[in-house]
Amino acid sequence: MDHDSCRGRRRFLIDMARLAGGAGIASVLVMRPATATPAAMAEAIRQTVGATPPKPGRVKLEIPPLVENGNTVPITVSVDSPMTQQDHVTAIHVFNEKNPQPYVISVDLGPQNGRAMLSTRIKLADSQKVMAIARMSDGSLWSDSADVIVTMAACVEDVPG
Amino acid sequence: MTRPLINVPKTARRGELVEIKTLVSHPMESGYRPGLNGQIIPRDIISSFVCLHDGKEIFRATLSPAIAANPFLSFFWVATTSGTLTFQWTGDNGFSVSESVDIAVE
Repeated sequence: MDHDSCRGRRRFLIDMARLAGGAGIASVLVMRPATATPAAMAEAIRQTVGATPPKPGRVKLEIPPLVENGNTVPITVSVDSPMTQQDHVTAIHVFNEKNPQPYVISVDLGPQNGRAMLSTRIKLADSQKVMAIARMSDGSLWSDSADVIVTMAACVEDVPG
Repeated sequence: MTRPLINVPKTARRGELVEIKTLVSHPMESGYRPGLNGQIIPRDIISSFVCLHDGKEIFRATLSPAIAANPFLSFFWVATTSGTLTFQWTGDNGFSVSESVDIAVE
C-alpha cells in the first residue's frame, strides 16, 4: 500500500465523521469492510467438513510466522498418509479467520497423488490464525493451525495507476 | 493472455513421484477492495483448477478470493503411463485457460 492511498483513506474517513457529526463514530464503524470472524471460520468449517471437529495431528501447515506482505504468503500443507488405495487423503481444506471471507482453498486428492502435499500462495488481510484440515479415506478429519503476524495487510484499496 | 507456466519433468520412471508446479497470470480481484472512485471493484477470480492425465482427473482445486494474484499451485502425482497432462483454469467473467504437456513414462 503506498502512502498516498493510505492518507486518502484516512482523510476520507475523517471527512465522513465530520459530515455525520454526532453519529460520526457509527458511520466510521459502518465504513469498515466486513471481515470473517473466528465464528465465521468455525461455521465455514462446519459447512465444509461436517459437525465432527477435526483432531489435531497428521497435518502439517507450513506458513511464515511473520509476514511482511500479506498480498502473497506462501503456504504448504502436507499430510502424513501412505496414499494407498486403502488409506489416503481425499481432501485438504484451508481456512482463515479474519479475511473478508473464511475460505482459502480446497483440493481433492487420491492415491494417484502419491504424496499428500499442496503448496500455493495466499492473501492475508490481518494477523490471524490459518487452519488446514485433511479428510482421510476412512472419513476421519485431522487438522493443524498456525498463527501469522502480518505487518502489511493485503491491500484493501485499489492501487493507483 | 500469457501462457500458463507449467513445470513437469519430460520423462519419469513408472511409479516415480513427480512434482507438478503451475502458475497462471490472473489478477485474482477479491471483490472486497474499493477502487479510486470508492466503488467496490467487482470480484474477478479463478475459482477452479483441474489437472487431468489422458482425460482422467488426478487433482482438483477450488480457489477462493484469498488466493494471491497469479495463482501458483504445486502438487504431486505418481507417474503411471506416458500421456498428456492437461491443466484447466476456469473462473469469473468466462475465464477459461487450458494447457497441455506430454510426459514420457518408461
